[in-house]
Amino acid sequence: MSSFWAVLSATLVKDIRLEWRSKDALNSMLFFSLLVVVIFVFSFDPLAEESRHIVGGLVWVAFLFAAVVALNQTWARELRNQVLDAYRVSPAPATSLFLAKSVGNFLFVSVLEALMTPLFVVFYNLRVLGPAWQLIPIALLGTWALVVNGTFFAAMSLRTRNREIMLPLLLFPISIPALLGMVAGTTAVLTGENSAHFYIVLLLTYDVVFTTASLGLFGTILHAE
Amino acid sequence: MKRLFPILSIVTVILLAYALYLALVVAPTDALQGDVYRIIYYHVPSAWTAFLLFFINFVASVRFLARSKPSTERAAKWIAIAIGVIGFIAPFLPPVRRLIPAGMEPSAVATTIVLIPILYFLVGKWFPGDRLDVLAITSAEVGVVFCTVVLITGPLWARPVWGIWWAPGDIRLTSTLVMWLIYVSYLVLRRFSTSAQTQMLAAALAVFGALDVPLVYLSIWFFRTQHPQPVIGGGGSMDPRMLHVLLFSWMAFLLFGFLVCWSRFRLELLRREVEQAQAMESLVGAAASSQASLPLSRSTR
Repeated sequence: MSSFWAVLSATLVKDIRLEWRSKDALNSMLFFSLLVVVIFVFSFDPLAEESRHIVGGLVWVAFLFAAVVALNQTWARELRNQVLDAYRVSPAPATSLFLAKSVGNFLFVSVLEALMTPLFVVFYNLRVLGPAWQLIPIALLGTWALVVNGTFFAAMSLRTRNREIMLPLLLFPISIPALLGMVAGTTAVLTGENSAHFYIVLLLTYDVVFTTASLGLFGTILHAE
Repeated sequence: MKRLFPILSIVTVILLAYALYLALVVAPTDALQGDVYRIIYYHVPSAWTAFLLFFINFVASVRFLARSKPSTERAAKWIAIAIGVIGFIAPFLPPVRRLIPAGMEPSAVATTIVLIPILYFLVGKWFPGDRLDVLAITSAEVGVVFCTVVLITGPLWARPVWGIWWAPGDIRLTSTLVMWLIYVSYLVLRRFSTSAQTQMLAAALAVFGALDVPLVYLSIWFFRTQHPQPVIGGGGSMDPRMLHVLLFSWMAFLLFGFLVCWSRFRLELLRREVEQAQAMESLVGAAASSQASLPLSRSTR
């Protein structure tokens, strides 16, 4: 068990340090989602009332696209100098490696969300009508849902031709229920028209199911040369 | 076995033709929809066949993944047995019984659930080793074709009856579409994978897809109860003559699906044989050329 946490923390600290020094993933994600926001603003010019209904969808689509940028780099980084092969032959548990990568991506995407949400508020003149604190569990659970599957499928798409395009092709269909939960939950909170409780429970169920499945199957994926 | 194929093909053609005759001529016209409803005899059997094939894909993928270690295989076996036993008893218990929609018999639900472990063991018995993976790719491909038929005939039917091509919030439409997307991504992964263990990756994706389908259903179920959409009442009160035609049509479609799967299965087996033979040939060729170059390298020294 101790080796599990040792590998987890070592990988996580390494990833954060790499990201802190290079800021590759964060910068590209930030600029990408900024572009998406600006393009959305040009494409739709809604009134404040309308924007409450559509902004939930826009926010999460922007974050989903941006997250793919970071997720694509997460394993590709390990291909250089055969680091991934070293992981594969080492006796370190595969699940701890997977969890470390997921938590790292979760942190990066959360930072992105924290920085980008004010921009959405400014551009769309948002004012929340429902209980705003519910946005926090929706954001946390939704981000984890995107990231845990994204990390898994990024590892899967490493072994394909044109892997950059492969990740969204695998990730998006599976993420549809989570995306629906995030979008509908956010819209419910923003408009205050109905309760978001169901969507939080849905996201929680999704997270539990797919975290378990990813942890169970990641060893197979990692060792499939 | 090989002689059976042309015989079955002829039987299938006759059955499909007779099903078309039944659907267009014998089945009574619907009181509300008129003749438009007759598309049901293509739409619904395709849907049932597609779902059955996707389910076979799931079972084959689970078995393929479980095969990697004896311990997981044993665990999977007991889980399958447990599902069968619990699924057989649970529908008759009062608290579970209340959850079953009206018009559905608990015994029917129990029988359906018992079919899961039976299918699990039959698939393992009939498709040993790598044939499980061949079964998975076959059922996914043919299932996607049938599901495409469903998604094309659905809007064709919806337009005159509901007045719209597509009801975005509807539970069955959306979950069928998402299922189609998942299995298309499965086929894309198989096509683009460069891994020597594509089967493993694909089986893992199939398990993810199968886990996703109930969640899609759940999410839209709530979505729809808030935003009602025009939906057809479905079965329940169907004219027995119509039901008879529908079931006959499904039988013809099942046989057709089985034939297509069979030939696709054989094609995939042959393709793998050819691949192996080519790999062996190139290995032998490489060995021969290295032997031929050996004396030359000695003489240069």
